[in-house]
Amino acid sequence: MKIVIIDYGAGNIQSIIFALDRLGYTATLSDDPEVIRSADKVIFPGVGEASSAMKKLGQHGLEEVIPSLTQPVLGICLGMQLMCRYSEEGKTSGLGIFDVDVIRFSDDLKVPQIGWNQIRELKTPLFDQIPENGYIYLVHSYYAPLCEDTIAVTDYGLPYSSAVWKDNFWGVQFHPEKSSALGEQILKNFITL
Amino acid sequence: MLTKRIIPCLDIKNGRTVKGVNFVDLRDAGDPVELAARYAQEGADELVFLDISATEEERRTLADLVHRVAERVNIPFTVGGGISSVEDVSRLLHKGADKISVNSSAVKNPRLIDELVAKFGSQCIVVAIDAKQIDGTWKVHLVGGKVPTELDLFAWAEEVERRGAGEILFTSMNHDGTKNGFANEALAKLSELVNIPIIASGGAGNRDHFLHTFTKGKADAALAASVFHFREMEIVELKQYLREQGIPMRL
Repeated sequence: MKIVIIDYGAGNIQSIIFALDRLGYTATLSDDPEVIRSADKVIFPGVGEASSAMKKLGQHGLEEVIPSLTQPVLGICLGMQLMCRYSEEGKTSGLGIFDVDVIRFSDDLKVPQIGWNQIRELKTPLFDQIPENGYIYLVHSYYAPLCEDTIAVTDYGLPYSSAVWKDNFWGVQFHPEKSSALGEQILKNFITL
Repeated sequence: MLTKRIIPCLDIKNGRTVKGVNFVDLRDAGDPVELAARYAQEGADELVFLDISATEEERRTLADLVHRVAERVNIPFTVGGGISSVEDVSRLLHKGADKISVNSSAVKNPRLIDELVAKFGSQCIVVAIDAKQIDGTWKVHLVGGKVPTELDLFAWAEEVERRGAGEILFTSMNHDGTKNGFANEALAKLSELVNIPIIASGGAGNRDHFLHTFTKGKADAALAASVFHFREMEIVELKQYLREQGIPMRL
């Protein structure tokens, strides 16, 4: 099993490496398109600001590589948001894999949303053995509204997509690597897809 | 539903966990990595590591400790204490910390908050504020609460929000170590004033203190140290109690 974490300078990568270690998997970090293409599973992390992260992806020549991948790809947090069509954060276009625009939470709410919330209406094998309304850890100010690709719903002021799926691409808004045993199960599900 | 968070705080000195009463008379409360793993297993929602080392030499062990904690622990954790530059933050995040808290260094140089937010994003920048109520007004204090300033707590909280901080960790010096409850009046005012999450700190002694800091203090999270370190309170029992009282809790 060759797992590659895309390393483009915009992610809390260490936590993902450690979480995979705890599951007994070793991941490779790379920004090399050939290494990424040859992986069995690809993890696309990301924290920080959307437009600068898109610029970094461009600098590493990865804007076209990621959408062309054919093996299972998991975008985490900002990684998921960048796989969408557009983000209101920094008014940047995304990779366009998921047909949805990422927008900011209402100022009636505390923003960022930080902490543990629940996931429901779970679909696809990514959530095998995961209970409805299980708790996951999130930190974000922008969100993907419900759409055709939604495979998990979370409520914060309104229901939104906490996970999306299309073909070989999965995206999760929450941090599975920081979501205790439940998050580790989701990572394991992705790796054994 | 977004839950309220219970956060054990581990005060670290020279790589060991300590907890003082009113920040003096420190007592040793064990190995930080073991304690962190235990808390994660027992249902803590997050952890905070606060390095209270007095010297650079003692502080050097922090990055290694962060690495060892990140290897073991599958919940988020924040690291604070003596952090004063982009390089400090970069090093600790690369070792596996999820969030960083800045305190005195941000008061001395508020632009540090902007720089950190621009480089790492709001989501990982916590501003810790130690304040003391003197003659009815809350004044920010520095260096672990030892040095008073003329800065008003509420004005400073608004400023750190404006500069992009993702969260505020507010410790009341009047309440810290007393076990008489949190500073709920000030907390409620803070929570209404700013639109970012507030972590309440200082004064936890019993489970109703936690309840009231969520209901009256409108806090998003509550932090405590000694009640957990010395097992005066079990985290899971505390969370069960709070849920029974109608507080959303992850169990």
